[in-house]
Amino acid sequence: MNVVFVLWLREVKKYLRSRVQIVASLGGPLMYLGVLGFGLGPVFRRAGEGSYLQFMAPGVIGMTVLFTAMFSGIAMLWDRQFGFLKETLVAPVPRVQIMIGRTLGGATTAVLQGVLIFAVSLVAGFRPASALAVPLAFLIIALIAIVFAALATAIGSSLKEMQGFQMVMNFLVMPMFFLSGALYPLNGLPGPLAFLTRIDPLTYGIDGVRGVMLGTSHFGVALDIGVLVGVGLVFVTAGAWRFSRIEV
Amino acid sequence: MIDHPIIRVQHLVRTFGNVKAVDDVTFDVRKGETFAFLGPNGAGKTTTIKMLTTVLRPTSGTLELDGLNPVADSTEVRKRIGVVFQDPSLDNELTAWENIDIHGALYHVPRRVRRERAEALLRLFELWERRDDLVKTFSGGMKRRLEIARGFLHTPKVLFLDEPTLGLDPQSRNQMWTHVKNLNATEGVTVFLTTHYMDEADRVADRIAIIDHGKIVATGSSAELKQQTGADSLEGAFLALTGNTIRDESASAEDRVRQFVKVWRR
Repeated sequence: MNVVFVLWLREVKKYLRSRVQIVASLGGPLMYLGVLGFGLGPVFRRAGEGSYLQFMAPGVIGMTVLFTAMFSGIAMLWDRQFGFLKETLVAPVPRVQIMIGRTLGGATTAVLQGVLIFAVSLVAGFRPASALAVPLAFLIIALIAIVFAALATAIGSSLKEMQGFQMVMNFLVMPMFFLSGALYPLNGLPGPLAFLTRIDPLTYGIDGVRGVMLGTSHFGVALDIGVLVGVGLVFVTAGAWRFSRIEV
Repeated sequence: MIDHPIIRVQHLVRTFGNVKAVDDVTFDVRKGETFAFLGPNGAGKTTTIKMLTTVLRPTSGTLELDGLNPVADSTEVRKRIGVVFQDPSLDNELTAWENIDIHGALYHVPRRVRRERAEALLRLFELWERRDDLVKTFSGGMKRRLEIARGFLHTPKVLFLDEPTLGLDPQSRNQMWTHVKNLNATEGVTVFLTTHYMDEADRVADRIAIIDHGKIVATGSSAELKQQTGADSLEGAFLALTGNTIRDESASAEDRVRQFVKVWRR
Protein backbone atom coordinates (compact mmCIF):
# COMPACT_ATOMS: atom_id res chain seq x y z
CA MET A 1 0.00 0.00 0.00
CA ASN A 2 2.92 2.21 0.85
CA VAL A 3 4.17 1.79 -2.70
CA VAL A 4 0.87 2.89 -4.20
CA PHE A 5 0.90 5.94 -1.95
CA VAL A 6 4.48 6.91 -2.74
CA LEU A 7 3.95 6.69 -6.49
CA TRP A 8 0.67 8.55 -6.21
CA LEU A 9 2.40 11.26 -4.21
CA ARG A 10 5.11 11.51 -6.85
CA GLU A 11 2.55 12.31 -9.56
CA VAL A 12 0.77 14.87 -7.41
CA LYS A 13 4.02 16.57 -6.35
CA LYS A 14 5.18 16.82 -9.92
CA TYR A 15 1.84 18.30 -10.92
CA LEU A 16 1.89 20.91 -8.19
CA ARG A 17 5.45 21.88 -9.11
CA SER A 18 4.74 22.41 -12.78
CA ARG A 19 3.13 25.83 -12.35
CA VAL A 20 3.89 26.95 -15.87
CA GLN A 21 2.23 23.87 -17.26
CA ILE A 22 -0.84 24.38 -15.08
CA VAL A 23 -1.25 27.92 -16.35
CA ALA A 24 -0.62 26.84 -19.94
CA SER A 25 -3.19 24.08 -19.69
CA LEU A 26 -5.85 26.63 -18.76
CA GLY A 27 -5.56 28.19 -22.22
CA GLY A 28 -7.71 25.69 -24.11
CA PRO A 29 -10.59 25.51 -21.66
CA LEU A 30 -10.61 29.31 -21.32
CA MET A 31 -10.97 29.59 -25.09
CA TYR A 32 -13.91 27.22 -25.09
CA LEU A 33 -15.62 28.86 -22.14
CA GLY A 34 -14.92 32.44 -23.12
CA VAL A 35 -15.03 32.42 -26.88
CA LEU A 36 -17.38 29.55 -27.71
CA GLY A 37 -19.45 30.04 -24.57
CA PHE A 38 -20.23 33.66 -25.26
CA GLY A 39 -19.92 33.44 -29.05
CA LEU A 40 -22.45 30.68 -29.56
CA GLY A 41 -24.53 31.72 -26.55
CA PRO A 42 -27.05 33.87 -28.51
CA VAL A 43 -27.67 31.18 -31.15
CA PHE A 44 -28.15 28.55 -28.47
CA ARG A 45 -30.62 30.74 -26.62
CA ARG A 46 -32.56 31.52 -29.79
CA ALA A 47 -32.86 27.79 -30.42
CA GLY A 48 -34.65 27.59 -27.09
CA GLU A 49 -31.94 25.64 -25.26
CA GLY A 50 -31.23 28.18 -22.53
CA SER A 51 -27.78 29.39 -21.48
CA TYR A 52 -24.94 27.89 -23.51
CA LEU A 53 -22.40 28.65 -20.80
CA GLN A 54 -24.48 26.66 -18.30
CA PHE A 55 -24.70 23.84 -20.81
CA MET A 56 -21.07 23.68 -21.85
CA ALA A 57 -19.27 24.32 -18.54
CA PRO A 58 -19.63 20.66 -17.46
CA GLY A 59 -18.43 19.70 -20.94
CA VAL A 60 -15.33 21.83 -20.65
CA ILE A 61 -14.61 20.42 -17.20
CA GLY A 62 -14.96 16.93 -18.69
CA MET A 63 -12.64 17.88 -21.54
CA THR A 64 -10.00 19.11 -19.12
CA VAL A 65 -10.21 15.93 -17.09
CA LEU A 66 -9.96 13.82 -20.26
CA PHE A 67 -6.91 15.68 -21.54
CA THR A 68 -5.06 15.76 -18.22
CA ALA A 69 -5.72 12.10 -17.53
CA MET A 70 -4.63 11.08 -21.02
CA PHE A 71 -1.46 13.12 -20.63
CA SER A 72 -0.45 10.91 -17.73
CA GLY A 73 0.10 8.34 -20.48
CA ILE A 74 2.65 10.68 -22.04
CA ALA A 75 4.30 10.99 -18.66
CA MET A 76 4.82 7.25 -18.77
CA LEU A 77 6.56 7.44 -22.17
CA TRP A 78 8.61 10.22 -20.67
CA ASP A 79 9.58 7.98 -17.77
CA ARG A 80 10.48 5.26 -20.21
CA GLN A 81 12.66 7.65 -22.19
CA PHE A 82 14.35 9.10 -19.13
CA GLY A 83 14.59 5.90 -17.22
CA PHE A 84 12.56 6.27 -14.07
CA LEU A 85 10.20 3.56 -15.25
CA LYS A 86 13.04 1.04 -15.04
CA GLU A 87 13.72 1.99 -11.46
CA THR A 88 10.17 1.02 -10.56
CA LEU A 89 10.15 -2.11 -12.72
CA VAL A 90 13.18 -3.74 -11.05
CA ALA A 91 11.87 -2.99 -7.56
CA PRO A 92 10.59 -5.98 -5.55
CA VAL A 93 7.00 -4.82 -5.86
CA PRO A 94 4.08 -6.33 -7.75
CA ARG A 95 3.63 -4.41 -10.97
CA VAL A 96 -0.06 -3.98 -10.34
CA GLN A 97 0.76 -1.77 -7.32
CA ILE A 98 2.99 0.40 -9.45
CA MET A 99 0.29 0.64 -12.09
CA ILE A 100 -2.38 1.57 -9.54
CA GLY A 101 -0.16 4.20 -7.91
CA ARG A 102 0.61 5.83 -11.23
CA THR A 103 -2.96 5.67 -12.46
CA LEU A 104 -4.45 7.11 -9.28
CA GLY A 105 -1.79 9.82 -9.37
CA GLY A 106 -2.70 10.70 -12.95
CA ALA A 107 -6.39 10.66 -12.07
CA THR A 108 -5.82 12.93 -9.07
CA THR A 109 -4.03 15.55 -11.14
CA ALA A 110 -6.90 15.38 -13.63
CA VAL A 111 -9.41 16.03 -10.85
CA LEU A 112 -7.33 18.93 -9.52
CA GLN A 113 -7.25 20.40 -12.99
CA GLY A 114 -11.02 19.91 -13.15
CA VAL A 115 -11.42 21.84 -9.89
CA LEU A 116 -9.43 24.67 -11.40
CA ILE A 117 -11.63 24.84 -14.49
CA PHE A 118 -14.73 24.59 -12.32
CA ALA A 119 -13.52 27.66 -10.42
CA VAL A 120 -12.83 29.49 -13.68
CA SER A 121 -16.28 28.65 -15.01
CA LEU A 122 -17.84 30.02 -11.81
CA VAL A 123 -16.06 33.28 -12.49
CA ALA A 124 -17.33 33.21 -16.08
CA GLY A 125 -20.89 32.98 -14.78
CA PHE A 126 -21.63 29.26 -14.51
CA ARG A 127 -24.03 28.45 -11.68
CA PRO A 128 -24.63 24.86 -10.50
CA ALA A 129 -28.17 24.02 -9.42
CA SER A 130 -27.15 23.79 -5.76
CA ALA A 131 -24.01 23.79 -3.64
CA LEU A 132 -24.82 20.23 -2.61
CA ALA A 133 -24.58 19.13 -6.23
CA VAL A 134 -20.91 20.06 -6.44
CA PRO A 135 -19.38 17.27 -4.32
CA LEU A 136 -21.53 14.66 -6.05
CA ALA A 137 -20.51 16.05 -9.43
CA PHE A 138 -16.87 15.73 -8.44
CA LEU A 139 -17.44 12.11 -7.56
CA ILE A 140 -18.45 11.58 -11.17
CA ILE A 141 -15.50 13.69 -12.32
CA ALA A 142 -13.20 11.43 -10.30
CA LEU A 143 -14.70 8.44 -12.09
CA ILE A 144 -14.05 10.07 -15.47
CA ALA A 145 -10.47 10.73 -14.37
CA ILE A 146 -9.89 7.11 -13.35
CA VAL A 147 -11.41 5.77 -16.57
CA PHE A 148 -9.09 7.81 -18.77
CA ALA A 149 -5.99 7.60 -16.59
CA ALA A 150 -6.33 3.81 -16.75
CA LEU A 151 -6.80 3.98 -20.52
CA ALA A 152 -3.70 6.18 -20.72
CA THR A 153 -1.73 3.63 -18.70
CA ALA A 154 -2.83 0.85 -21.04
CA ILE A 155 -1.83 2.90 -24.08
CA GLY A 156 1.36 4.25 -22.51
CA SER A 157 2.47 0.70 -21.68
CA SER A 158 1.93 -0.42 -25.26
CA LEU A 159 3.69 2.47 -26.99
CA LYS A 160 7.46 2.60 -27.24
CA GLU A 161 8.04 5.99 -28.73
CA MET A 162 6.81 9.51 -28.24
CA GLN A 163 5.64 9.74 -31.84
CA GLY A 164 2.93 7.23 -31.12
CA PHE A 165 1.26 9.60 -28.75
CA GLN A 166 0.49 12.09 -31.51
CA MET A 167 -1.59 9.37 -33.13
CA VAL A 168 -3.39 8.75 -29.88
CA MET A 169 -4.13 12.45 -29.45
CA ASN A 170 -5.46 12.91 -32.96
CA PHE A 171 -7.29 9.66 -33.47
CA LEU A 172 -8.52 8.90 -29.99
CA VAL A 173 -8.49 11.84 -27.59
CA MET A 174 -9.77 14.55 -29.91
CA PRO A 175 -12.57 12.35 -31.32
CA MET A 176 -13.57 11.33 -27.80
CA PHE A 177 -13.86 14.98 -26.89
CA PHE A 178 -15.79 16.05 -29.97
CA LEU A 179 -18.13 13.07 -29.83
CA SER A 180 -18.87 13.43 -26.14
CA GLY A 181 -21.65 15.97 -26.36
CA ALA A 182 -19.49 18.40 -24.43
CA LEU A 183 -20.38 21.13 -26.90
CA TYR A 184 -23.80 20.13 -28.20
CA PRO A 185 -26.97 18.43 -26.93
CA LEU A 186 -27.31 14.72 -27.57
CA ASN A 187 -30.91 14.72 -28.79
CA GLY A 188 -31.86 14.87 -32.45
CA LEU A 189 -28.41 13.97 -33.79
CA PRO A 190 -28.06 12.26 -37.19
CA GLY A 191 -27.91 8.47 -36.89
CA PRO A 192 -24.18 7.75 -37.29
CA LEU A 193 -23.19 10.64 -35.02
CA ALA A 194 -25.74 9.57 -32.43
CA PHE A 195 -24.23 6.09 -32.51
CA LEU A 196 -20.67 7.35 -32.14
CA THR A 197 -21.57 9.62 -29.23
CA ARG A 198 -23.07 6.64 -27.44
CA ILE A 199 -19.96 4.47 -27.63
CA ASP A 200 -17.81 7.27 -26.21
CA PRO A 201 -17.36 6.82 -22.44
CA LEU A 202 -16.82 10.55 -21.98
CA THR A 203 -20.40 11.15 -23.18
CA TYR A 204 -21.72 9.41 -20.07
CA GLY A 205 -19.26 11.23 -17.85
CA ILE A 206 -20.27 14.66 -19.06
CA ASP A 207 -23.95 13.71 -19.08
CA GLY A 208 -23.62 12.61 -15.47
CA VAL A 209 -21.92 15.84 -14.42
CA ARG A 210 -24.63 17.80 -16.20
CA GLY A 211 -27.31 15.70 -14.59
CA VAL A 212 -25.99 16.44 -11.13
CA MET A 213 -24.97 20.06 -11.60
CA LEU A 214 -27.91 21.21 -13.73
CA GLY A 215 -30.55 18.60 -13.02
CA THR A 216 -30.94 17.71 -16.70
CA SER A 217 -29.38 14.59 -18.13
CA HIS A 218 -29.93 12.61 -21.29
CA PHE A 219 -29.38 9.07 -20.01
CA GLY A 220 -30.04 9.54 -16.29
CA VAL A 221 -27.30 9.81 -13.70
CA ALA A 222 -27.62 6.19 -12.56
CA LEU A 223 -26.92 4.85 -16.05
CA ASP A 224 -24.07 7.33 -16.48
CA ILE A 225 -22.38 6.15 -13.30
CA GLY A 226 -23.01 2.53 -14.21
CA VAL A 227 -21.33 2.93 -17.59
CA LEU A 228 -18.35 4.77 -16.08
CA VAL A 229 -17.82 2.11 -13.43
CA GLY A 230 -18.10 -0.68 -16.01
CA VAL A 231 -15.74 0.94 -18.50
CA GLY A 232 -13.42 1.88 -15.64
CA LEU A 233 -13.13 -1.75 -14.56
CA VAL A 234 -12.34 -2.82 -18.11
CA PHE A 235 -9.69 -0.12 -18.57
CA VAL A 236 -8.05 -0.70 -15.19
CA THR A 237 -7.80 -4.41 -15.99
CA ALA A 238 -6.42 -3.68 -19.44
CA GLY A 239 -3.96 -1.16 -17.98
CA ALA A 240 -2.74 -3.60 -15.34
CA TRP A 241 -2.34 -6.30 -17.95
CA ARG A 242 -0.44 -4.12 -20.43
CA PHE A 243 1.70 -2.67 -17.66
CA SER A 244 2.64 -6.12 -16.40
CA ARG A 245 4.02 -6.94 -19.83
CA ILE A 246 6.39 -4.00 -20.27
CA GLU A 247 9.92 -5.05 -21.07
CA VAL A 248 12.80 -2.64 -20.63
CA MET B 1 36.07 -22.24 -2.06
CA ILE B 2 33.64 -23.36 0.65
CA ASP B 3 31.28 -20.52 -0.13
CA HIS B 4 28.61 -21.15 -2.68
CA PRO B 5 28.96 -18.57 -5.47
CA ILE B 6 26.48 -15.71 -5.18
CA ILE B 7 25.89 -15.68 -8.93
CA ARG B 8 25.99 -18.81 -11.01
CA VAL B 9 25.37 -18.66 -14.75
CA GLN B 10 25.35 -21.82 -16.83
CA HIS B 11 24.97 -22.18 -20.59
CA LEU B 12 23.04 -18.91 -20.76
CA VAL B 13 21.60 -18.06 -24.19
CA ARG B 14 19.53 -15.10 -25.30
CA THR B 15 18.51 -14.51 -28.88
CA PHE B 16 16.88 -11.49 -30.50
CA GLY B 17 15.30 -12.70 -33.71
CA ASN B 18 18.07 -14.86 -35.15
CA VAL B 19 20.94 -12.97 -33.54
CA LYS B 20 22.49 -14.63 -30.51
CA ALA B 21 23.26 -11.73 -28.18
CA VAL B 22 24.40 -14.10 -25.45
CA ASP B 23 25.66 -17.46 -26.65
CA ASP B 24 26.27 -20.25 -24.14
CA VAL B 25 27.77 -18.16 -21.36
CA THR B 26 28.95 -19.84 -18.14
CA PHE B 27 30.57 -18.12 -15.14
CA ASP B 28 30.41 -17.77 -11.35
CA VAL B 29 30.72 -14.71 -9.17
CA ARG B 30 31.96 -15.22 -5.62
CA LYS B 31 30.37 -13.65 -2.59
CA GLY B 32 31.87 -10.26 -1.77
CA GLU B 33 34.10 -9.94 -4.79
CA THR B 34 34.19 -7.20 -7.39
CA PHE B 35 33.58 -8.82 -10.72
CA ALA B 36 34.08 -6.96 -13.99
CA PHE B 37 32.45 -7.88 -17.25
CA LEU B 38 34.43 -6.50 -20.16
CA GLY B 39 33.71 -6.64 -23.83
CA PRO B 40 33.38 -4.57 -26.99
CA ASN B 41 30.08 -2.87 -27.86
CA GLY B 42 27.34 -5.36 -28.56
CA ALA B 43 29.24 -8.22 -26.91
CA GLY B 44 26.28 -9.13 -24.69
CA LYS B 45 27.19 -7.43 -21.41
CA THR B 46 24.01 -5.48 -20.90
CA THR B 47 21.86 -8.35 -22.12
CA THR B 48 23.43 -10.60 -19.46
CA ILE B 49 22.88 -7.98 -16.76
CA LYS B 50 19.27 -7.56 -17.81
CA MET B 51 18.70 -11.27 -17.40
CA LEU B 52 20.41 -11.38 -14.01
CA THR B 53 18.36 -8.40 -12.85
CA THR B 54 15.06 -10.06 -13.91
CA VAL B 55 14.06 -7.59 -16.61
CA LEU B 56 14.72 -9.94 -19.51
CA ARG B 57 14.02 -13.65 -19.79
CA PRO B 58 16.76 -16.00 -20.96
CA THR B 59 16.12 -18.03 -24.10
CA SER B 60 17.80 -21.01 -22.42
CA GLY B 61 20.37 -21.88 -19.75
CA THR B 62 20.26 -21.51 -15.99
CA LEU B 63 20.73 -18.49 -13.77
CA GLU B 64 21.13 -18.42 -10.04
CA LEU B 65 21.50 -15.45 -7.73
CA ASP B 66 21.94 -16.13 -4.02
CA GLY B 67 20.50 -19.57 -4.69
CA LEU B 68 17.39 -18.14 -6.36
CA ASN B 69 16.20 -18.18 -9.93
CA PRO B 70 15.70 -14.66 -11.37
CA VAL B 71 12.93 -15.93 -13.65
CA ALA B 72 10.89 -17.91 -11.13
CA ASP B 73 11.63 -15.90 -7.97
CA SER B 74 11.95 -12.47 -9.53
CA THR B 75 10.58 -10.60 -6.51
CA GLU B 76 12.96 -12.32 -4.10
CA VAL B 77 15.90 -11.71 -6.43
CA ARG B 78 14.95 -8.05 -6.80
CA LYS B 79 15.08 -7.61 -3.02
CA ARG B 80 18.67 -8.79 -3.03
CA ILE B 81 20.03 -6.64 -5.84
CA GLY B 82 20.72 -3.01 -6.54
CA VAL B 83 20.93 -1.91 -10.15
CA VAL B 84 22.52 1.11 -11.73
CA PHE B 85 21.57 0.96 -15.38
CA GLN B 86 23.57 2.16 -18.32
CA ASP B 87 21.01 4.91 -18.91
CA PRO B 88 20.04 7.16 -16.01
CA SER B 89 16.91 6.15 -14.14
CA LEU B 90 16.36 9.09 -11.80
CA ASP B 91 13.32 11.30 -11.76
CA ASN B 92 14.69 14.68 -12.80
CA GLU B 93 11.64 16.55 -11.55
CA LEU B 94 12.12 15.36 -7.99
CA THR B 95 14.79 16.26 -5.47
CA ALA B 96 17.69 13.97 -4.62
CA TRP B 97 16.07 13.20 -1.28
CA GLU B 98 12.74 12.35 -2.86
CA ASN B 99 14.41 10.03 -5.35
CA ILE B 100 16.12 8.19 -2.52
CA ASP B 101 12.97 8.14 -0.43
CA ILE B 102 10.85 6.62 -3.20
CA HIS B 103 13.51 4.00 -3.69
CA GLY B 104 13.39 3.15 0.01
CA ALA B 105 9.62 2.76 -0.16
CA LEU B 106 9.84 0.59 -3.27
CA TYR B 107 12.29 -1.69 -1.48
CA HIS B 108 10.32 -1.73 1.78
CA VAL B 109 13.12 -0.18 3.82
CA PRO B 110 11.55 0.83 7.16
CA ARG B 111 11.14 4.58 7.41
CA ARG B 112 13.60 5.13 10.25
CA VAL B 113 16.31 2.99 8.70
CA ARG B 114 15.66 4.69 5.37
CA ARG B 115 16.28 8.13 6.86
CA GLU B 116 19.50 7.16 8.60
CA ARG B 117 20.92 5.25 5.70
CA ALA B 118 19.90 7.83 3.14
CA GLU B 119 21.67 10.51 5.13
CA ALA B 120 24.81 8.42 5.55
CA LEU B 121 24.94 7.55 1.85
CA LEU B 122 24.21 11.08 0.67
CA ARG B 123 26.96 12.36 2.92
CA LEU B 124 29.34 9.70 1.71
CA PHE B 125 28.68 10.53 -1.94
CA GLU B 126 28.90 14.25 -1.14
CA LEU B 127 25.34 15.05 -2.08
CA TRP B 128 23.93 15.82 1.36
CA GLU B 129 24.10 19.60 0.91
CA ARG B 130 22.18 19.31 -2.33
CA ARG B 131 19.55 16.86 -1.12
CA ASP B 132 16.65 19.29 -1.55
CA ASP B 133 17.59 20.39 -5.06
CA LEU B 134 15.82 19.03 -8.09
CA VAL B 135 17.87 16.37 -9.82
CA LYS B 136 17.57 18.19 -13.15
CA THR B 137 19.94 20.81 -11.77
CA PHE B 138 22.64 18.17 -11.12
CA SER B 139 25.72 17.52 -13.24
CA GLY B 140 26.25 14.14 -14.89
CA GLY B 141 28.65 13.07 -12.18
CA MET B 142 26.29 14.04 -9.38
CA LYS B 143 23.43 12.15 -10.99
CA ARG B 144 25.60 9.08 -11.28
CA ARG B 145 26.66 9.33 -7.65
CA LEU B 146 23.06 9.70 -6.60
CA GLU B 147 22.09 6.60 -8.55
CA ILE B 148 24.85 4.59 -6.96
CA ALA B 149 24.01 5.88 -3.48
CA ARG B 150 20.43 4.89 -4.16
CA GLY B 151 21.51 1.44 -5.29
CA PHE B 152 23.12 0.86 -1.89
CA LEU B 153 20.15 2.14 0.13
CA HIS B 154 18.39 -1.19 0.63
CA THR B 155 21.68 -3.01 1.51
CA PRO B 156 21.64 -5.28 -1.51
CA LYS B 157 23.71 -8.43 -1.65
CA VAL B 158 24.77 -7.71 -5.20
CA LEU B 159 25.12 -4.31 -6.81
CA PHE B 160 25.03 -4.24 -10.62
CA LEU B 161 26.78 -1.30 -12.23
CA ASP B 162 26.39 -1.15 -15.99
CA GLU B 163 29.00 1.29 -17.33
CA PRO B 164 28.54 3.54 -14.31
CA THR B 165 31.37 5.89 -15.20
CA LEU B 166 30.41 6.53 -18.81
CA GLY B 167 30.88 10.20 -19.56
CA LEU B 168 32.38 11.10 -16.18
CA ASP B 169 35.61 13.02 -15.73
CA PRO B 170 38.60 11.22 -14.15
CA GLN B 171 38.03 12.95 -10.79
CA SER B 172 34.43 11.78 -10.55
CA ARG B 173 35.36 8.28 -11.70
CA ASN B 174 38.12 8.01 -9.20
CA GLN B 175 36.01 9.26 -6.34
CA MET B 176 33.10 7.06 -7.29
CA TRP B 177 35.18 3.90 -7.28
CA THR B 178 36.72 4.80 -3.95
CA HIS B 179 33.24 4.95 -2.41
CA VAL B 180 32.09 1.78 -4.14
CA LYS B 181 35.16 -0.14 -3.01
CA ASN B 182 34.67 1.14 0.54
CA LEU B 183 31.12 -0.11 0.66
CA ASN B 184 32.22 -3.32 -0.99
CA ALA B 185 34.67 -3.82 1.87
CA THR B 186 32.53 -2.59 4.79
CA GLU B 187 29.17 -4.09 3.80
CA GLY B 188 30.41 -7.11 1.90
CA VAL B 189 28.34 -6.20 -1.15
CA THR B 190 29.24 -8.16 -4.24
CA VAL B 191 29.82 -5.71 -7.09
CA PHE B 192 29.13 -6.75 -10.68
CA LEU B 193 30.27 -4.09 -13.11
CA THR B 194 30.80 -3.46 -16.78
CA THR B 195 33.05 -0.78 -18.15
CA HIS B 196 35.01 0.26 -21.21
CA TYR B 197 37.80 1.76 -19.12
CA MET B 198 40.48 -0.90 -18.71
CA ASP B 199 42.40 1.03 -16.07
CA GLU B 200 39.24 1.06 -13.99
CA ALA B 201 38.70 -2.68 -14.28
CA ASP B 202 42.37 -3.24 -13.54
CA ARG B 203 42.11 -1.19 -10.39
CA VAL B 204 38.79 -2.26 -8.88
CA ALA B 205 38.02 -5.77 -10.09
CA ASP B 206 39.08 -8.91 -8.24
CA ARG B 207 38.15 -10.98 -11.23
CA ILE B 208 37.37 -10.18 -14.82
CA ALA B 209 35.44 -11.98 -17.52
CA ILE B 210 35.96 -10.93 -21.12
CA ILE B 211 33.00 -11.47 -23.38
CA ASP B 212 32.96 -11.14 -27.14
CA HIS B 213 30.28 -12.03 -29.70
CA GLY B 214 28.13 -13.30 -26.85
CA LYS B 215 30.76 -15.78 -25.64
CA ILE B 216 33.15 -15.64 -22.68
CA VAL B 217 36.66 -15.70 -24.10
CA ALA B 218 38.64 -15.49 -20.83
CA THR B 219 38.12 -15.29 -17.08
CA GLY B 220 40.61 -14.50 -14.34
CA SER B 221 42.27 -11.77 -12.36
CA SER B 222 43.87 -8.91 -14.22
CA ALA B 223 47.31 -10.46 -13.57
CA GLU B 224 46.15 -13.83 -14.88
CA LEU B 225 44.75 -12.32 -18.05
CA LYS B 226 47.97 -10.41 -18.69
CA GLN B 227 50.00 -13.51 -18.08
CA GLN B 228 47.76 -15.63 -20.28
CA THR B 229 48.14 -13.25 -23.23
CA GLY B 230 51.67 -12.08 -22.56
CA ALA B 231 50.46 -8.47 -22.60
CA ASP B 232 51.85 -5.90 -20.18
CA SER B 233 48.57 -4.10 -19.60
CA LEU B 234 44.94 -5.16 -19.22
CA GLU B 235 44.16 -3.16 -22.33
CA GLY B 236 46.76 -5.17 -24.21
CA ALA B 237 45.27 -8.41 -22.92
CA PHE B 238 41.78 -7.24 -23.85
CA LEU B 239 42.82 -6.40 -27.42
CA ALA B 240 44.74 -9.64 -27.74
CA LEU B 241 41.62 -11.56 -26.74
CA THR B 242 39.01 -9.61 -28.66
CA GLY B 243 40.94 -8.37 -31.68
CA ASN B 244 41.31 -4.88 -33.09
CA THR B 245 38.21 -4.71 -35.25
CA ILE B 246 35.74 -2.00 -34.38
CA ARG B 247 32.37 -3.49 -33.52
CA ASP B 248 29.97 -0.93 -34.90
CA GLU B 249 28.79 -3.43 -37.40
CA SER B 250 27.83 -6.21 -35.05
CA ALA B 251 26.27 -3.72 -32.67
CA SER B 252 24.16 -2.15 -35.37
CA ALA B 253 23.07 -5.54 -36.65
CA GLU B 254 21.75 -6.30 -33.21
CA ASP B 255 20.13 -2.90 -33.03
CA ARG B 256 18.51 -3.49 -36.38
CA VAL B 257 17.07 -6.75 -35.21
CA ARG B 258 15.81 -5.09 -32.04
CA GLN B 259 14.23 -2.35 -34.09
CA PHE B 260 12.64 -4.93 -36.32
CA VAL B 261 11.32 -6.91 -33.40
CA LYS B 262 9.93 -3.70 -31.88
CA VAL B 263 8.04 -2.77 -35.01
CA TRP B 264 6.85 -6.28 -35.53
CA ARG B 265 5.51 -6.58 -32.01
CA ARG B 266 3.11 -3.68 -32.44
